[in-house]
Amino acid sequence: MAQPRVLVLDVPETPGDQDQEPSPYEESEVHDSFHQLIQEQSQLAAEEELELQQRQLVAGALGPPGSGHQTLVGPGGAPVHSTATLRILASMPSRTIGRSRGAIISQYYNRTVKLRRRGSRPLLGNMVRSARPSLRLYDLELDPATLEEDEKRSLLVKELQGLSVAQRDHVLRGMPLNLAEKRCLREKSQVQRGKRRGPQDRGGVFSCCSRLRYACILALHSLGLALLSGLHAVRPWRYALKQIGGQFGSSVLSYFLFLKTLLAFNALLLLLPLAFLVGVQAAFPPEPPGPAPAFTGLELLTGGGCFTHTVMYYGYYSNTTLNQLCVPPRHGDQCSPRASSLPYSMPLAYLFTMGAAFFITCITLVYSMSHAFGESYRVGSTKGVHAITVFCSWDYKVTEKRASRLQQDNLRTQLKELLAEWQLHRSPRSLCGRLRRVVTLGLAWLLCLGTMLGCSVAVFVFSEVMIQSPVSAGQEVRLLALPLVVSLLNLGAPYLFRGLAALEGHESPGLEVYVAICRNLILKMAILGILCYHWLGRRVATLQDQCWEDFVGQELYRFMVMDFLFALLDTLFGELVWRLISERKLKRRRKPEFDIARNVLDLIYGQTLTWLGVLFSPLLPAVQVLRLLLLFLVKKASLMANCQAPRRPWLASHMSTVFLTLLCFPSFLGAAIFLCYAVWQVKPSSTCGPFRTLDTMYEAGRVWVRYLERAGPGASWVPWLHQYLVESTFFLFLASALLLAIIYLNIQVVKGQRKVISLLKEQIRNEGEDKIFLINRLHSVYERKERSRAGRNEATMPPALHADGRDTWWDSERPCTFSQHPQLHSVTTAWQAETRT
Amino acid sequence: MGGSGSRLSKELLAEYQVRGFSGSSRAGLRPEAVSRSRRPSGRGLWTDLTFLTKQEILLAHRRFCELLPQEHRSVEESLQARVSFELILSIPELKANPFKERICRVFSTSPTRDSLSFEDFLDLLSVFSDTATPDIKSHYAFRIFDFDDDGTLDREDLSRLVNCLTGEGEDTRLSASEMKQLIDNILEESDIDRDGTINLSEFQHVISRSPDFARYLAVVALHSGKQVSGHFSYKGEGIDSHGT
Repeated sequence: MAQPRVLVLDVPETPGDQDQEPSPYEESEVHDSFHQLIQEQSQLAAEEELELQQRQLVAGALGPPGSGHQTLVGPGGAPVHSTATLRILASMPSRTIGRSRGAIISQYYNRTVKLRRRGSRPLLGNMVRSARPSLRLYDLELDPATLEEDEKRSLLVKELQGLSVAQRDHVLRGMPLNLAEKRCLREKSQVQRGKRRGPQDRGGVFSCCSRLRYACILALHSLGLALLSGLHAVRPWRYALKQIGGQFGSSVLSYFLFLKTLLAFNALLLLLPLAFLVGVQAAFPPEPPGPAPAFTGLELLTGGGCFTHTVMYYGYYSNTTLNQLCVPPRHGDQCSPRASSLPYSMPLAYLFTMGAAFFITCITLVYSMSHAFGESYRVGSTKGVHAITVFCSWDYKVTEKRASRLQQDNLRTQLKELLAEWQLHRSPRSLCGRLRRVVTLGLAWLLCLGTMLGCSVAVFVFSEVMIQSPVSAGQEVRLLALPLVVSLLNLGAPYLFRGLAALEGHESPGLEVYVAICRNLILKMAILGILCYHWLGRRVATLQDQCWEDFVGQELYRFMVMDFLFALLDTLFGELVWRLISERKLKRRRKPEFDIARNVLDLIYGQTLTWLGVLFSPLLPAVQVLRLLLLFLVKKASLMANCQAPRRPWLASHMSTVFLTLLCFPSFLGAAIFLCYAVWQVKPSSTCGPFRTLDTMYEAGRVWVRYLERAGPGASWVPWLHQYLVESTFFLFLASALLLAIIYLNIQVVKGQRKVISLLKEQIRNEGEDKIFLINRLHSVYERKERSRAGRNEATMPPALHADGRDTWWDSERPCTFSQHPQLHSVTTAWQAETRT
Repeated sequence: MGGSGSRLSKELLAEYQVRGFSGSSRAGLRPEAVSRSRRPSGRGLWTDLTFLTKQEILLAHRRFCELLPQEHRSVEESLQARVSFELILSIPELKANPFKERICRVFSTSPTRDSLSFEDFLDLLSVFSDTATPDIKSHYAFRIFDFDDDGTLDREDLSRLVNCLTGEGEDTRLSASEMKQLIDNILEESDIDRDGTINLSEFQHVISRSPDFARYLAVVALHSGKQVSGHFSYKGEGIDSHGT
């Protein structure tokens, strides 16, 4: 008779359920929540059963199964219960857990037991039988009358004593109890720990390793925290970000956080070149080619003039080994190695520093992107949009009355939109409406693509014109024409796209934003592609006798400066003047919105320019850092003065993921391809720069490898590495095959877990139905008892169902749930067998 | 603000933190017991039991003392004192929050649940700090949303929750049919066992699918986390003097 209950109770505790295959953590989170659900459901069912049993003993009468319950189970609807039933329902574990302290304690007791068992599983066999965690202890909530809160607490304390200090504090910290309770629990577990030295010593040997590990983790953690807080003190915008978050919510805040991320990327990118190129070259300055031109002020815009022959640009760097006294002959670093202890070859340093800087950026970018993906995408997150909106969308950061009201307005609109959309899905629109929609969308996209094509052609033609008419020495202003045109196009086209989007009338505002981002991105990337062709394809050919790298570096500098000026102008006119006009003239109370999508795209565009130019101008990241700092201040001031929070709903986590993805995929990847092409394929100019004698920049590395080969066997592994890893394609194939295999494996794991999730969901639904069934049984028993009491003079009915009969009823009804899940069934039977031995 | 009283308390509290009252009894709260503490540990009690750092606890204490009348700001008194909801609700971080009364009720330990002690206040800040686990956050969110404290979210709770989100006014709340539709949809999506209410596990299951939840619930009180110092320095107080 006890056997079926064991079956029910054991389902969540099966080892197969705990030791899942390795999984992405979002999956395991979903699993955990299901796991808990099932656990509760089965506990609940067990309690119901026990309750039923008690009732049966009291009443001594139970009607034949299936007679009464069919009438009582409403199809999915909540049946009406008597007060007694309601009282029992209210004391079910699944409900008390959100309310009573005793239930929380017992839940955490269970978790601690699990934690301890998991931690000391190898020891389990060594223990005496009675020391094993008894199965009976799991159903603490089964008979709340006998186990009072104090007993539960002492059980929990006992369990806590079995844990290490760090683990215990961790468990206590995560408990949803108030501080006084936690303090009490902690003190108790500490006191008794001190008294009972024996078991602690025995555990001391065992958990020495884990203690050391925890200590290490704690030390690292506190070190990290200390570093972080130190960094925090340095940052100038500690308060600014808080203020923005409080007034405008998480969505606008994410723009500024993205800006901050970019700042960190640029600082990282700047660090290596600054240390290994700029610093070293500044310490060993080459001879100046002529008198430096005077500073006129225009250089700040054009980047030319007196800036040309400085560490700012590629052309300034020498192609020699720096700290050697001998004058190197024509062919590279052929000076004898004995002349200097540590020769510093500038071409090599240039190549490797840039490569390393890019590699580090790439790794950081990919890591942060994968992290963001892991955070923002959960399996099944597309389902349950209503519940998520209601439960999870209040932004507790908002602290201003006005912003709070705005958020309420936004949420109301969003909820109404959701409901309207839901209604729309249930009654799809007519064929005519759909046709009209398709035509509108097609036209809008056609217009957009046409505009993009027009812009690209315009840039191409203009760049050709610029090549045809070379700029003479006195007319550097004309160099600004191309950046001006490009920036104008970049400024104007988004407004056109916005107008088109208004005509399109998208149903969901989220889609509208993504479409806008997509269009602007295509435009910017097309223009940048044309420009890259212009620089590497055309300029290199026309600037044979000059330093084309310097020119490209300067050109990118000009683009960045011009882009910054236009951002300022846009802030001034698009936000300040527009607000003044709408307030003074139109008498509207609404301020302009802060357009997150466009501003973020501007940031990404600027960052792409920096990445493109860093090879030709190692100090370009410094310019970008300055630009970002200024932009932060200007945008923040303008935001505070002129703007209001956007009305569109944004999901902050999705947004930062999208931003990072855009930064990684078109932007960083494009820049990397451009630079790789420049390094491997394009001939460097022969008059300037570290690679002036070589055919390609990469040649420097090859020359070095050859030199090492000759140098002797000490460094023979470098040529070997070079030959097998870089030159041969086999390694590349191997790496990509490995990567593909890992991706495939992960996809399969996720797929399998998705299947398990749907099975478990079905199981929960069945359990829920069982619960309703049991409640109804209880109800019918109760009614019967009442009726029998009312008709007391009638003959007492014989018990229709004795204990064995009940068991057969149970067996015939219950296992249907499990028979649908053969895996679970086999696992539970295996567990039963284990408990019996 | 920030008179000699609070500075004294700051130093004393620092003592608490550094020496730690990992002592043997509840009397460890008293300063004389601190000095008798035999086993000084590097970490304090509150830093062990909450998700807050030492600095944050000190700032929270200072903030709490500001709510007390001038003559009751000594350490012992401030640790015993209770602050009524009206005062707690007046701090800017909670003022604009539609759930402010619920938040205070959930964290209050007084029998009538109408006031907060310093430890309750710390509890509140701990749950809403950036480093708190999603688990504890979702637990407290559930209790905040459970308006009638019966352990489940039923239709009544849900409609009050939606009203809080959209605004209570007649013109701002959803119409009755919209509300019914919305609640039907929510129950359809999250009530897995079909008993007509959402219990804690079902709630946590929904929450686990939303990555934004922990982020949004993170900074209810701006003086939690590192931004505390920013807030205080903005008010013109030299908090950085001990901010290392």
